[in-house]
Order: sequence, then structure tokens, then C-alpha cells
Amino acid sequence: MMRFEMRGIRKAFGATVAVDGVDLAVASGEACALVGQNGAGKSTLMAVLSGALQPDAGTMTLDGAPYRPRSPLDARRAGVAMIYQELSLAPHLSVMENMVLGLEPSRFGVIEWDRVRAIASDVLARLGHPEIPVHAPVETLSVAEQQLVEVGRALAVGCKVLVLDEPTSSLSRDDTRRLFELIARLKREGHAIVYISHFIEEVKEVADRIVVLRDGRVAGGGPAADLSPPQIVALMVGRNVDDLYPHAERRRGEAILDVDAFGPASATFTLHRGEILGIAGLIGAGRTRLLRALFGLEPVRQGRVRIGVYEGPATPAERWAQGAGMLSEDRAGEGLARGLGVGDNLTLSRLDDLGPLTTVLPARQDAAARTWIERLGISTRGPRQPVGELSGGNQQKVALARLLHHDVDLLVLDEPTRGIDVASKAQIYSLIDSLVSASDSDRRPKAILMVSSYLPELLGLCDRIAVMRRGTLGPARPVSEWTEHQLMMDATGTA
Amino acid sequence: MKSTAATSTWFGARPAALFGASGAPVLGLVFVAILFGILVGPHFFRPANLELVARQTAIVATAALGMTVIIVAGGIDLSVGSVVALTTVVIALLLRADQGPLLAAAGGVAAAALCGTVNGFLVTKLRVVPFIVTLGTMIVVRGAAKGLAGERRLEAPGTWLNDLLRTLDPGRGLLVPAGIWLVVLLAVLVGLTLSYTRYGRHLFAIGSNERTARLCGVPVDRDKVIAYAIVAALAGVAGVLQFSRLSVGDPTVAVGLELDVIAAVIIGGGSLLGGRGTVIGTILGATTMAVIAIGCSQKGLPNWLQEVVTGSIIVLAVALDHFRQRSGAR
Repeated sequence: MMRFEMRGIRKAFGATVAVDGVDLAVASGEACALVGQNGAGKSTLMAVLSGALQPDAGTMTLDGAPYRPRSPLDARRAGVAMIYQELSLAPHLSVMENMVLGLEPSRFGVIEWDRVRAIASDVLARLGHPEIPVHAPVETLSVAEQQLVEVGRALAVGCKVLVLDEPTSSLSRDDTRRLFELIARLKREGHAIVYISHFIEEVKEVADRIVVLRDGRVAGGGPAADLSPPQIVALMVGRNVDDLYPHAERRRGEAILDVDAFGPASATFTLHRGEILGIAGLIGAGRTRLLRALFGLEPVRQGRVRIGVYEGPATPAERWAQGAGMLSEDRAGEGLARGLGVGDNLTLSRLDDLGPLTTVLPARQDAAARTWIERLGISTRGPRQPVGELSGGNQQKVALARLLHHDVDLLVLDEPTRGIDVASKAQIYSLIDSLVSASDSDRRPKAILMVSSYLPELLGLCDRIAVMRRGTLGPARPVSEWTEHQLMMDATGTA
Repeated sequence: MKSTAATSTWFGARPAALFGASGAPVLGLVFVAILFGILVGPHFFRPANLELVARQTAIVATAALGMTVIIVAGGIDLSVGSVVALTTVVIALLLRADQGPLLAAAGGVAAAALCGTVNGFLVTKLRVVPFIVTLGTMIVVRGAAKGLAGERRLEAPGTWLNDLLRTLDPGRGLLVPAGIWLVVLLAVLVGLTLSYTRYGRHLFAIGSNERTARLCGVPVDRDKVIAYAIVAALAGVAGVLQFSRLSVGDPTVAVGLELDVIAAVIIGGGSLLGGRGTVIGTILGATTMAVIAIGCSQKGLPNWLQEVVTGSIIVLAVALDHFRQRSGAR
């Protein structure tokens, strides 16, 4: 019998359809793996299942009865729990307090500690880890043990459906092994498990059945035993590169960025003018850390780096002065000061030339901003409109325009099209292409280092691509030697 | 949000930064002024009474100028009251040591600025939140002031420092006491710095999103240390005015002043989350509180009522501002 069933689930954010008519059902005692590229819709689908998002369309049942959770707490009470990558425990509270948090057994408002202790010991015994002390503050436990407490918390309230989102990303080999044993145990108890992971070998080992999502739809699936890793990757990747990606003539110029066994990823490559070098890899593989180390936002552990004629690590201010600029992957948290105007954001890295001495004359700042608003087609009421009021695509254009206003030679772009609509994506693609093209004779082409989780975009824009896997950057190879399939195989370690 | 759309102003002024992102502070002041105008009578608006308001406002307003700077940058300084007290003590000590009044005042302000620099280094180097750092230094500086003064008020020889806030003899041509002019001058300076200099724009960026500022190469730590020094130096100037009013060095003066000062900034449209705040708003906020105080006392209303009204206005002003912001953001 099916423990839960989702039928025709659809969820859109503005113009972006994240999940488009997905069916998913998992039986009691079954572990079903959900795989797909970043942005394929896995997280959205599971957010719907666990009550964090309300679907636009579709129905769900739990043990045959209609199921329509209004919040994660609602879902938990009904018996569906989500175990996130980032653990959501209260670190200062004890194991048992965490397990009953929000649902403490009490009499007249006084917590019955005897029952709390009994519940916690019972759950830990069921999980096969009676040795974990129920009184220990959660922060004193290892990550694996904390995960166990998290699972235990779900069991303590009687959950029958458990969603594990990338549970092994911060676990060692041994801990992963123990987690798999735990999952087997949960299956025997009749729970339904949904297991989300990027690691295909792992998925094949732990799951009974695999469902592959692509672009918000079910791309295929089947019994785990019948699917080979290359078959799974083929389902994940699916389609061909379309001509969303302009490619004007490029001519490789002098070397702008030269790294040798550098920093957190022991990266080695050289980037030239008139060239785009892409870095592929899974989220958490260490791509962002490499870029941040290059730009002086994170400490450099090892290796050599040279930007233009400048040797060695430097602060962000020095990097800007050396002619490098960075676009952050975290637009709201780091890329832009949302409360400030478009003009303030756009000119922040370079406020000189906007007035005599150290002054900034608003008229000049506005004029500078208007130039870019016009050139990039940013739709805004004007240079002083707070950036937070713009759409995602327009915000991203403001963040990019900062690098253009600064007139940098090296653009370090971290997920330049994350979370923006297709029209803005196309505009940003053609802008990126024009920056490195040789056709404009009065402007020297720039050099671009770009991280993206969206493979078609990397294949469409870049000249060379390197893959980052588990903190190490592979060699940069010409884009003609890569396919989406091969990139995914390298990124997931399915060599 | 229509109120910010004043585009054709002088030399492309930043009306939002200079005159308040919303009209709320102006409305608040007009409201309490009319209220007490009706309650007390038309003589509430006599020149002499207005000057009284200005003199009452001066000390809080001066310290609040500095507080605006630090609140814009996303910080806070709870030590300003103690710094005011320390400044009066230092001035009295220097005067008693036969130093000139100018040197004494400068010494007081320098001591204050030093406290601020220490605050700045503690905040940026130890990475302790400003609320805690300045809560600590508030107590430390208060103690130091008491220690320096030997736990008593320090009498000091009379100088022109004592006349800074004194009502002028008719015909002196200055219109209002020199101390008021000093506040006006400082307000213009701080306002221009915030709105029209690289440093000022950096402070807004730091307060709005510190990570963005770092990404863009803004020297965040250096700018913050300078900001804390500015707050404290302006608290030092407030201390000079305080000394002028008391004519003694008093280590127990200005207890709780920091809360009035923060209230002035908040009523004036500043946000404790950083990135927002204006000099004009702050001055209006400080004036509003002075009008309430003077109005209540002239109407013969008891002190407790005055406190109830002031407190209510603070909460109301911020609530109103949030409401306007939410309805304004489409």
C-alpha cells in the first residue's frame, strides 16, 4: 500500500515554474531516491510535501486520506518530517529536549521529565544507538549523531514519512554506512523514505526505486537495481544546448589570471583576455570558496596567484584596484544592499570621479547610474529606487553593472543567472558574450571566470570548462571536449 | 513612496538623505507644537520660548548627530552619556590647572574621541557586538569619570565657556547663543558628510549590508572606527555644552542621556537595523522631545505625564514609519 501519494503537483514562483505536474508515490517500507540537477525541482517538491510551500495545483494523500499540510508543523503532526541538510536543532538544549521540542508532554503546563526521558531513550534504542546520552547538549555531539537526533525527533512524534535532503554531504564514509543501516531499520519499521542526493552511487545503494526530475517534471525512473549510473545521468541531463547562447568571434589575448596549486581547491589554470573559463560542479563542491579566496574574501591556504601584474593574495579593495570585480552568488545577502538605491549600489566599488575631492555629487552619481540603466535595459523608476524593489533579473543586472561601471578587466561571476527569469538570462548571456568578443575594436576584450550550476549555460558560453568535485578542481578542457553528460559524470564522481 | 521623488532640487540634492525619507518627523514636530500651542496659548511661540526650546535641545541634538552617524552604519553607542560626564570632568580639571578655556574644551573633546576610538577598535577587532561593547564602556567611562573627579563635583573657575548657552543681552547681533550656532554648524557638517562624501556613502552601505560593502572593497573596519570616534567626539561637544550649563565638572551628570539621544534618531526616521537615518530627522526628533518637555512644564503638567507622552511618541513614530514603508513598497 502506498504510504503517500502526490498527484499533478505544480508550483510556480512568478514566471518560473519550479514543479510542473509531478506525480510521486512511495510505499510503506520503501526508500525512494529523488535525483536531478540543481534547480530540477527536487527541493520545491519536497517543500510541498513537508508543508513549507503550498502547491498551485495537485492533490496529496497520506495513507489513503486527503493530506493538505498548511505548515511544516502541520505536516509533522500528520506524520511527514523533513530532515534538512542544515540541521535544525537547538544546539544548547539536550538531546531529549530537542526530541520533544514543541510537543513536550506536560501536566498543568509542567513538563513531565520522566516521560521526556522515556520517549528519548525509547527512540534512540529503536534507532540502534542507545549509547547517546539523552542529557547531553546537542552541540557536544558529532554531526552524524546530531542527524540521528533529528531523525529521532521525527520518530518521537510518530512520523511515517521521512524526507532526507542530502544527508551524507557532511558525513564521513563510516557515518554514511551507519546512516544506511539506519535507513534499512526505518524501512523495516514500515516507514516511507524519500532520499535526495547528488551522489548516484550512493543512491543506487540505499534506494529501492529512483525517480529523476528534470526542469520540474519527472524525466523517468525505475527500480534502482535496473538503472545504471550512466542511464541515470542521461535522464538528469536530457536535452541539447539550444541557441540561447550567442557566441561572437573571440580572440585570446594576454594572460590576466594565473593560478597554480591555488587555495582551497589546489586549482591550476590560466585565464586570458577574450576568454570565458567555466567551473562546473555540485553545490557544496567548493567552487564559491575558490572564487572568494581569489577575491580576498576568504583566507588563502596555499599556492600562487597572479592577476595582471599583481602577484599574491590581496584584499577585495586591492582586487578592485587591480582591475578585478566579483559578482556574488548570494544576491540578497551579499551582492546588493537592498535598502539603498540603484545608483548607490552600482557605484559603490568606485565612488571617485563623482565629485571634487572625496565628495560624491548625487547628480553625477545619478548620471552614471542612468548610463547603465539604459545600456543594460534595467527596468526601474530611477537611480534612487531601492534595489530591493526590483525584480530578480533587474537586481542581477544592477550587480553586474557594478563591474562594468568599475570597468574591470577580470570579471569573477558566481552563478550569474541564479534565480532570474528567462528573458533576463538571455540578456545577461548576450552581455557576457559581448564583453569578451573581439568585434568591438575600441574596447579590449575582458576575461571572465564563471561558476554555474546550470550546465547548458556553461557549455553555451564558455571556451573552457573545469569541474570541481569534493573540493578539488580538475583540469580546464576546451568546451568541445565536454558534454553535459560528461560534466555530470565528473561532478558526481561517476567516472 | 511619492515623497522621495523630488528630483529637481538644488545641486541634485539627496532630499531623502538630507530631509528625511518620509515626512513623519516633520509631522510629528508640527503635531506636538500645535498641541502645546493650543494647550499653553499663543505665547508658547514667543521668540524667548523658542530659544528655550533650542537651548534645551542643544545637548541631546549634538550627541544625536553622532548617534545618527553610527546608527546609519548599523552600529550603536550606549556610552555617550558617560562620555558627556567624563568630558565635563576633564574640562573642569584642565580649568583648575589654569589652562585656557579653549584648551580645556579641546582637551575634553579629545578625551571623548579617545573613548570612541577604543569603542571602535573593540567592535572591529574583538568582533563583539556594539551593544555589548558600548554597554561595557558606558560603565567603564562612568567609573573613570568618577575616579578622575574623586567622586565629587569639581568646581571650576568661571570662563566664557559658561556663556555658550546663556541668553544674550539684547543687541549682540548673534540672535541666539553661540552654543546654538555651534550645533547648527555641526549639523550642517555631519549632514553634508553623510550625503555628499565617499565616507558618508560608505557608512550607508555598511549599515545597509556590511557584506556588500566588503565585497565592494569598502574599508569597513577603518570606517567603523572613525564612525565611533565621531560619535564620541560629538558627545564630547555635547559635554562642553553640558559643562557650560552646569559650570562644574560632574561625573554623575547625563545618566540615561544615551536613551534620549537614540530616541531622537529613531523619531527622526533612523533605523536600528542600519542604512537609514538623516540629520534633519534627528534634529527634528530632538526638538520634538524638547517641545514636549517644555510644553508639559509650562502647562504645569506633572513630570510623569511628560514621560508617558514622550515614550508613547517614540513608539508611535516608529510604528507609523513602518506602516508607511510597508504600504509604500507596492
